[in-house]
Amino acid sequence: MQEKVLMKGNEALAEAAIRAGCRCFFGYPITPQTEIAAYMAKRMPKVGGAYLQAESEIAAINMVYGAAASGARAMTSSSSPGISLKAEGISYLAGSDLPAVIINIVRGGPGLGGIQPAQSDYNQVTRGLAHGDFHVIAFAPNSIQEMCDLIFDAFDLADTYRMPAMILGDGMLGQMMEPVALPEPHEVSASAKPWAANGTKGAREHNIINSLYIEASELEDKVLARYERYRVIEEKEARHEEFMLDDAEIVVVAYGASSRISRNAVVAAREKGIKVGMIRPITLWPFPKKALADKAPSAKAFLSVELSMGQMVDDIRLAISCSKPVYLASRTGGVIITPDEILAKLVEIDGGIK
Amino acid sequence: MSVVFDRPKSLCDVSTHYCPGCTHGVIHRLVAEAIDELGIEGKTVGIAPVGCSVFAYNYFACDMIQAAHGRAPAVATGVKRANPECMVFTYQGDGDLAAIGTAETVHAATRGENITVIFVNNAIYGMTGGQMAPTTLPGQVTQTTPFGRDVSAAGYPVRVCEMLSTLDGVALAQRVTVDSPKNIMTAKKAILKGFQNQIDCKGFSIIEVISTCPTNWGLSPEKALEWLRENMLPYYPLGVYKSKD
Repeated sequence: MQEKVLMKGNEALAEAAIRAGCRCFFGYPITPQTEIAAYMAKRMPKVGGAYLQAESEIAAINMVYGAAASGARAMTSSSSPGISLKAEGISYLAGSDLPAVIINIVRGGPGLGGIQPAQSDYNQVTRGLAHGDFHVIAFAPNSIQEMCDLIFDAFDLADTYRMPAMILGDGMLGQMMEPVALPEPHEVSASAKPWAANGTKGAREHNIINSLYIEASELEDKVLARYERYRVIEEKEARHEEFMLDDAEIVVVAYGASSRISRNAVVAAREKGIKVGMIRPITLWPFPKKALADKAPSAKAFLSVELSMGQMVDDIRLAISCSKPVYLASRTGGVIITPDEILAKLVEIDGGIK
Repeated sequence: MSVVFDRPKSLCDVSTHYCPGCTHGVIHRLVAEAIDELGIEGKTVGIAPVGCSVFAYNYFACDMIQAAHGRAPAVATGVKRANPECMVFTYQGDGDLAAIGTAETVHAATRGENITVIFVNNAIYGMTGGQMAPTTLPGQVTQTTPFGRDVSAAGYPVRVCEMLSTLDGVALAQRVTVDSPKNIMTAKKAILKGFQNQIDCKGFSIIEVISTCPTNWGLSPEKALEWLRENMLPYYPLGVYKSKD
């Protein structure tokens, strides 16, 4: 068995990113993700990569844009208010079909909000990250191990589909320590990006990286081609995990930190004889719609457990075509929901549907 | 018969969208000539801004990246850090470089980012139809300063070369213009030096080119050059503000 090391989430994530072939990191300090940048500052020079502390989140994402446009595996990380600043750059990455990875270690909002763990950027990452018709692939790990494993997928899928990917963590995952088996380093082919703007070397026509199309029909064609790729992603890349689902009548839907708390509540409810199970989305976009739709006929109710104000509820309703009631158990602003609070909600729902 | 004047290899064989009399065409040519003469076309990556020169990616025959408004120096930084062997230049107007992109400009300069910045200053926003720029002169009439730029309300113009020349990371800060054959020759030398500095890893080079906008100034190309000499050059004196030699 591979050796496990005890690491803080943010540092493990940074090491895993380097092992996944990330050779350019551009960041800006913000709690609770700053350890990622600090780790990158220490490690990147040792692997021959580029680390730079930018003058702003806006500059950092545009440095990622430049590095990605010239063929590098590039990444930036931030937390909620910083992601809002990166929005413009993420839209340009999407519009120029560039692969890059963005980490959001989510904290409470809106505004400056707080620095405690939250999931209140769900709508931002799944809906309105910035202007224009586009998506980012969004992963929502619930352990440090999974965060380290998923960053490999984030870089690979970003390259495969030529689009930005995001790891949506939270202050809890970033700040806590867990044993982790770090994945083996991954070899990345430097010649796999013939579209990159890194000098023709006299060997090819010059490349142009661009998101501007003045002709409306040309822009429409570009967007339609991108949505054709998105359709393939929705079909092939949606991921989820099931827990005690087979005979479940009430289905908890929770991701990230709240899924770990929900798991305890599901076990406690089972001990009370309530038939509860859980579907844990691992990708938020694409949302695991099929898993929910398949379960809907045998379920009596769904419960979204979130550290936000019901932002995932509509996705659950849409996935099950509003065929069953969808309830909400949530705390927000950086307050962590407890298993007892979730259990109380499950008991209440169970009483109502009997 | 021998050819004595031709299109530089680093310029595409296309018509540009620039207005008649606009100096962008001359400046594009000087940049392309410099790339040709230094033999760096195969490793050059240009960054196009947002503004009149947004379509620069269609005109330079080297790898090109279009950047968000004002972010060209950050994008150039990403390219250069990822590919230190590349020759990276940005081509930016006054709104892009000295208003929305001021932070990116100043910080790329103070880091001594080893890139070459071509800064085209014509004291107005051209692409959007003639609004006040950060370099619009006091009293100058634009669409958004209909009674002339009132410095008590709109503040003063930014002198970019003077400002950046105080920064240790800057290798070259030089202001030139392209109103006459003599000045065009000087501009060409400055642009060549800007690229040579990058080859020699000297740091950040900025060449500010004082330019015209006949369309939005409401002047003929010839009158626009006269206006440039009479109004722009006194406020923005030509010269070398900093040079690490």
